[in-house]
Amino acid sequence: MENNTKIKIDHLNLYIGKQHILKDINIEIPENKLTVILGPSGCGKTTLLKCMNRLTDLYHDVKIKGSIYIDNEDVLHTSTDVTEIRKKMGLLSQRPFPLPMNIYNNVAYGLKISGRRNKKALDARVENYLNMVSLWDEVKDRLREPASRLSIGQQQRLCLARGLAVDPEIILADEPTSALDPISSEAIEKKFIELKQQYTIVMVTHILRQARRIADYVVFMYMGEVIEQGPAEEIFTNPKMERTKSYLQGAFN
Amino acid sequence: MLKKFEEMFFKFIMMLCNFIILFVLVLIIYSIFHKGMKALTWEMLTQRPHGGYYYGKEGGVLNAIVGSLYLSFGATLLATIIGVPVALYMNVYLIKRKKIVNVIRFLLDLIWGVPSIVYGAFGFSLMVFFGLKTSLLAGIITVTLFILPIMIRSCDEILKTSPLGLLEAALSLGSTRTETSFRVILKQSFSGVVTAILLSFGRAIGDAASVLFTAGYTDNIPTSLSEPAATLPLSIFFQLGSPVPEVQNRAYASAVILTVIILIISLLSRALSKRFHKNKI
Repeated sequence: MENNTKIKIDHLNLYIGKQHILKDINIEIPENKLTVILGPSGCGKTTLLKCMNRLTDLYHDVKIKGSIYIDNEDVLHTSTDVTEIRKKMGLLSQRPFPLPMNIYNNVAYGLKISGRRNKKALDARVENYLNMVSLWDEVKDRLREPASRLSIGQQQRLCLARGLAVDPEIILADEPTSALDPISSEAIEKKFIELKQQYTIVMVTHILRQARRIADYVVFMYMGEVIEQGPAEEIFTNPKMERTKSYLQGAFN
Repeated sequence: MLKKFEEMFFKFIMMLCNFIILFVLVLIIYSIFHKGMKALTWEMLTQRPHGGYYYGKEGGVLNAIVGSLYLSFGATLLATIIGVPVALYMNVYLIKRKKIVNVIRFLLDLIWGVPSIVYGAFGFSLMVFFGLKTSLLAGIITVTLFILPIMIRSCDEILKTSPLGLLEAALSLGSTRTETSFRVILKQSFSGVVTAILLSFGRAIGDAASVLFTAGYTDNIPTSLSEPAATLPLSIFFQLGSPVPEVQNRAYASAVILTVIILIISLLSRALSKRFHKNKI
């Protein structure tokens, strides 16, 4: 593939206490593609994702060795400005966590904290990003209502809009559809396919069919190790490793 | 059959416990109002005492009402300014340092249990050290120290329940930990924090022992922080100690006033926290 590498994970090892969670991870994630990190539950996919925007900083007793380069800047280096790094990445978690404020402010929050306070510009951007996730028509009459009153599928789309509003380059998604009904899941998947033109998307999932539907590039993980990675077609049609094959055939499920 | 009996038995026990608690509560309120309403006059609320607090049948307890309000608002304000950031620090900044936070929690629980008279003695020794006389300021500082562990631990318990995912979401949007603390986590826990403040306020306004040596007692209404201040709990204490039955009844009237103040503050804070509750996720 002639794509530029957006995220390069270099010999990453992660320990929680004495447990070795991520074992010598080397991944190159291409720019403006949808990369799926696939693997059974508990294989360290989510932990790997959280390393990328240093949410691992919040966890007790975590030790990390190795590097993650985003545009040649080492995310894990102590001198890196975490806040700036995080602004480059939107995060979509397993279950939506809207901010405890109204719908409008959920989207405007990221803009406000980066100093944009012009009311008209904010209005326009909020509308724009809500439109981007096809939520505007559903919420335009109740922008001042608490975000928690939306359905869970709407909340997840709101979280996506909120993340997009801070102008990230990367979207990190941690099983973003696992709490959603099939229709809402489909909406998210469709959005991802649209968004990958402009954003580098990294999505964690254990749902094989979902990966098949939307992935450009696949990283298969098992027990904290990367077993295989490559373009989606290659992995799905012609996996090289035995364990990938058996997972694709449903042996782990 | 046995299961059904077990179910009924425990249901009965629980109802009995509920009933006992409610009964005691109603009894306390009844006895306060029953004795207090006789002595509660307009003068009680609007005048300063005449003729000393042990024997004074004339005048009122305005000095103590105002003193108590100054003291407890001052102390609650100070404790909120110090306590809420401490609790946020423990739950947002120190989230990775579980051990340190647990040590802090343990220590706070320990000093929560220290009797208020010990705080009074400590406050008094502080005053001697700094050369302060009994004054509103000394009282406020002592009461602040006394309610701080309550404030911090109650806020802490609420902030602990704020989901980790919310913290992650806010940080992922590029907000600093300070912005996350004050603009997201505090909003999420606002109703609980209001309850914590109310709890601290209740302790502040209801405590007699910590202000005995520090705020002192006076018939005057304090006009500055350096003057001594009277408080309702102490005036209840002095009036009850009087041999004169009319003065004793005035103690109950003072208790009615104290209870009503706490009731009003509760209702106000409830209304306030309700406004923010709707945004909670």
